[in-house]
Amino acid sequence: MINVLLIILLISLLYLSIANRLLTYIKILAFQGVILFGVALIELTEINTLNLVLILLETIIFKAILVPFFIKYIIKRNNITRETEPFIPNFVSLIIVTTIIVITILLSNSITDTHLEKISFIVALSTLFTGLFIIGTRKKVITHVMGYLVIENGVFILSLAVGNEMPLLVNLGIMLDIFASVLILGIFVNKIGDVLKDVDVDQLRHLKD
Amino acid sequence: MIGIYLIIAFIISGILFFNRNKMLNNILLIGFLLLQCIFTIYEYSHLNVIELQYFKPDALGILLLITLTIVAIPAIYHSHLYITFHNETPRSRGIFFSAMVLLITAIGAAYLSNHIAVTWIFVEITTLSASALIYHHRNERSLEGTWKYVFICAISITLIFIGILFLSMAMRQVGSTDLTFGNLLNKAHVLNVFWLRLSFLFIFTGFTAKLGLVPMYTAGIDAKDKAPAPAGALFATVLMNMGFVGIFRIYVVISHTSIFAWTNNVIMIAAFLTIFVATVYMVKVKNIKRMLAYSGIEHMGLVMLGLAAGGIGYYAAILHIILHAFVKSSLFFQFSQIYRVYQSKSIYDEGNYFKYNLTGAMVMLIGFICATAMPPSGMFVSEFMIFSALFKAHQIAILILVMVLLTMIIWAFGKNIFKLLFTPVEDFDDTNIVKINPLHSLSQFGLIGLSIYLGLNPPVQFVNLIQEAIKNLPH
Repeated sequence: MINVLLIILLISLLYLSIANRLLTYIKILAFQGVILFGVALIELTEINTLNLVLILLETIIFKAILVPFFIKYIIKRNNITRETEPFIPNFVSLIIVTTIIVITILLSNSITDTHLEKISFIVALSTLFTGLFIIGTRKKVITHVMGYLVIENGVFILSLAVGNEMPLLVNLGIMLDIFASVLILGIFVNKIGDVLKDVDVDQLRHLKD
Repeated sequence: MIGIYLIIAFIISGILFFNRNKMLNNILLIGFLLLQCIFTIYEYSHLNVIELQYFKPDALGILLLITLTIVAIPAIYHSHLYITFHNETPRSRGIFFSAMVLLITAIGAAYLSNHIAVTWIFVEITTLSASALIYHHRNERSLEGTWKYVFICAISITLIFIGILFLSMAMRQVGSTDLTFGNLLNKAHVLNVFWLRLSFLFIFTGFTAKLGLVPMYTAGIDAKDKAPAPAGALFATVLMNMGFVGIFRIYVVISHTSIFAWTNNVIMIAAFLTIFVATVYMVKVKNIKRMLAYSGIEHMGLVMLGLAAGGIGYYAAILHIILHAFVKSSLFFQFSQIYRVYQSKSIYDEGNYFKYNLTGAMVMLIGFICATAMPPSGMFVSEFMIFSALFKAHQIAILILVMVLLTMIIWAFGKNIFKLLFTPVEDFDDTNIVKINPLHSLSQFGLIGLSIYLGLNPPVQFVNLIQEAIKNLPH
């Protein structure tokens, strides 16, 4: 069951690479939040109940509802146009994301660790690098933020791998998630939206030498 | 003690945030500095005593904590001058000092932390407080600087976290869940090198955002440029040292494993590229503050070269970051006075500084000599040791290339500083020029003097502390 969920997550990355609209990105993010809820529920069996409830609430409420809603609000408020405006064609994006997945599979085959759940490792690393790839190849600043949230999802899966032995690390991951999202989105909604309308990276090129 | 320190410092920071009274603001700042001094002395006298399970004042932590305290006192004094001369509103003053106190506290706690996850938490807090300082002027440019800094630091702390996760996987394999540095060091020789390799790559890349190395140095440069100069002084010195602590502690663990040589190669490449990038920008940069920031990343590149070269390079690396902190912070403090005279950061609008502020010009001249490591600068000693370490490690090609690059840096640095000091600016109206009180340069002379003294004639306790900090590295 857990492998099915993880593989669905992997497929959502492929969809992310060819999505054309910001709204699709938001839906994928919310969907990933729901999947992470399921993964955490199945995976974390040896953790105490209160902690588990905290983790589950974070995935379902924060990742799947609050953040997507909030990004939608930002897009509406700042009248950001709906295209994602990638620098490269969608077809190339798809190829690159596929290559990322293949490389992580090859990498994970070279590990000799009996504790390791290979699929979860592959999905985590692919999510991470896809997030970085999205940050690097999309023009709008709001897509950078969403790329960062994808990275966070990857980190969450990775932290679940050691979750039963070291629940502290899962909690730290959640702390990072909330802290960074609030800080980044907070700056975005309060400041960038007021000063610069419909932000893309071209407007953030004044500081240079 | 560290518990009391953290609680009181956070309370002071909180009160400063909401306080609008000038008198109370000053009292709180003096109170904080007293607390910082008492805390430093207490920790120095309780070397290697574990507190609250997660904090251990070891030699490296203490050395950098003392550096932090020495830099923090003039930093708060110059911030006070800065706020006074800019006629800031009580609200922006409150936010500024609150963020500064939080930043100093978080840096100090990160130095002393004994657990990699605790270090990481305090690194996060520095990002938060630093972003408030960068956004102090609330205009479009400072917003851009803040945004870049926050975003890149958010990615970098995520990378550090992934590194910690890989480290925990390596630890789980040997049946341990304790991630304190002491335990990591004990288990180092049995850890799975594959995980360790991945872990080092992620942790190193993450901390380069704070330390100012290739690949993530960019955000730091904008931050030092857009933040008010006294805050920039903290970013360019003690905050960079925090990145060094993070990398150094994990480096010590790795030095007991079979991937040590590989790690040295990674660090060597990153350090060399850093010096190269610094040279390229130093030659073309026209903004004095950014030039000082690039000079900072050049020095961090040298520090990491010393670390990678080994032998006497370890000693030199730690000596170098401490001396650099004193010199670079004094140059940043002086910069805010230059800005008050010329109202510009560009080298084209500045010149003939000797005529307008003799004392300040002396600071810039001596600071320049010290920052480029010419004798009698203390950094001459540490840089010389780094070069001899490279020579002994048979890295002749790197040594020659670095020396060529450093010559270019000295040329570029000197060109700008001498233009600032001696060449008159055309069409510069000097009738309404601000008179600078020479006493405002006193702290800079103190800091530069300290760096020369520590380099040329280091006290025995100082040498012993450095020796103890590097005792776990292979000799």
